[in-house]
Amino acid sequence: MAQAITRVSTPPPVRSAPRARLPWPLNIYQTAVGKKWVMGLTGIALLGFIVVHMIGNLHLYEGPLEIHEYAETLRDLGTKLLPRTWLLWAMRIGLIIAFALHIHSAYSLSRMSIAADQRYPGGRNYIAANFASRTMRWTGPIIGLYLFYHLADLTWGWFNPDFVRGDPYHNVSESLSSIPVAILYIVANTALAVHIFHGTWSMFQSLGLNSPRYNHLRRYLAAGLAGIILVGNLSFPIFVQAGVIDDNGRSIVEELQHGAAEGEDH
Amino acid sequence: MSAEINLTLKVWRQDGPSAEGRFVTYEADGISTDASFLEMLDIVNERLIEAGEEPIVFESDCREGICGTCGLMINGQAHGPQKGTATCQLHMRSFSDGDHIVIEPWRATSFPVLRDLAVDRRAMDAIVAAGGYISVNTGAAPDANLTPVPKETADTAFDAAACIGCGACVAACPNSAAQLFAAAKVQHLNLLPQGQAERWARTEAMVETMEEFFGSCTNHGECEEACPKEIPIDFIAWTNRDYIKAKVKNRKLVG
Repeated sequence: MAQAITRVSTPPPVRSAPRARLPWPLNIYQTAVGKKWVMGLTGIALLGFIVVHMIGNLHLYEGPLEIHEYAETLRDLGTKLLPRTWLLWAMRIGLIIAFALHIHSAYSLSRMSIAADQRYPGGRNYIAANFASRTMRWTGPIIGLYLFYHLADLTWGWFNPDFVRGDPYHNVSESLSSIPVAILYIVANTALAVHIFHGTWSMFQSLGLNSPRYNHLRRYLAAGLAGIILVGNLSFPIFVQAGVIDDNGRSIVEELQHGAAEGEDH
Repeated sequence: MSAEINLTLKVWRQDGPSAEGRFVTYEADGISTDASFLEMLDIVNERLIEAGEEPIVFESDCREGICGTCGLMINGQAHGPQKGTATCQLHMRSFSDGDHIVIEPWRATSFPVLRDLAVDRRAMDAIVAAGGYISVNTGAAPDANLTPVPKETADTAFDAAACIGCGACVAACPNSAAQLFAAAKVQHLNLLPQGQAERWARTEAMVETMEEFFGSCTNHGECEEACPKEIPIDFIAWTNRDYIKAKVKNRKLVG
């Protein structure tokens, strides 16, 4: 027997249906919960990169030659199977895609929430929302802008007249010895830690990773990760300023190349 | 111990859905601390009627915290300062003599103000209509305990089923997301054996209807604090998981 189901009459929707329904699994990304999944999964990838990047940078404390060799090792990854730097580039492309999806999902979800939300002219109290959760839309763009500066500064060498390609110790010590640059790094990495604190906890909820067995540990993990990233990343500008990381204007890579050239002369 | 307190109310008055709203200040003197918040508003309204003014429009029904009709933003907190309590169960003993109280309606784009403190919550009905039901055989009531349900499962489903659909979660959410409401309505059926037949269709339909009207959850946790039934946000996580499973399973249904 046919049954007529009429839709409940409602106020107009705040979100229009997508123009074209994409095939599975792309249609998942057309929904808000799907976008939160993508945000969580790309967040894990980016967080993995940030942790490895911070640990790798600790080679700075071993010395100029050691961090140079570490950087060369990254370029040599997978050279038994692939041409040099191909695996590194594959990882970089993966990160760029993850970063783009993370930003796009955040942007479109924010737009959706802003359309759905109305202000309280009489003001409102926040009870559960914390500083980190309420500033995600600020810390995110700060990290994005900082990432651009960070690449331009230490990968492309646009802002550093003494930039030597392939010599991280020299470049870090030249860049971060400037007080404004050190302050910029400290502010941006604090924003990064705040973003990670809410992002890590939020990721568990968005991905449906919720069980009474480990729920109480999720906040500790978020705080622990954010704390480790904060301490590790802030140590670099602070120790450059304190003179612990100091190349005295010399570049180990230039000296190595110079030495190799001299060796050829003899 | 009953006492009488004098209050200053700053109440949102709005003549209709498209009218411009404004705050109007009322002196509420001699209010018994044993009065509920809604009884306090009744007293204020009686005085307004006696003075020949329009009474403040607000919604209420059962006044025992189980129907979900009442709901006010009191001093920037959904259902006021007392945790796990609907507006009707909030009593004036939670306030002190001389307090200023700001009273606003729920605010969200999909909760348009009808008049004063009453809002249109039909967008929530649309979510339930999209899948908040189970199919059963008609006829005589089935035998009790015909379908075994483990105690823990029944308890968890009941925690979700405690949702009275008041809309405080949407009102308290900085994103105006209805995730806690929708998740409670999805999970109280998804958790039980009786809800399995429509589980995946229900999850997909209810979540997607919710997304038409409300914002996106960013896991602040404000809804859990505002909820008069103290429904935990764990249900939101489980619904997120069920939704992705539903997207995988439902695509295999051809026809």
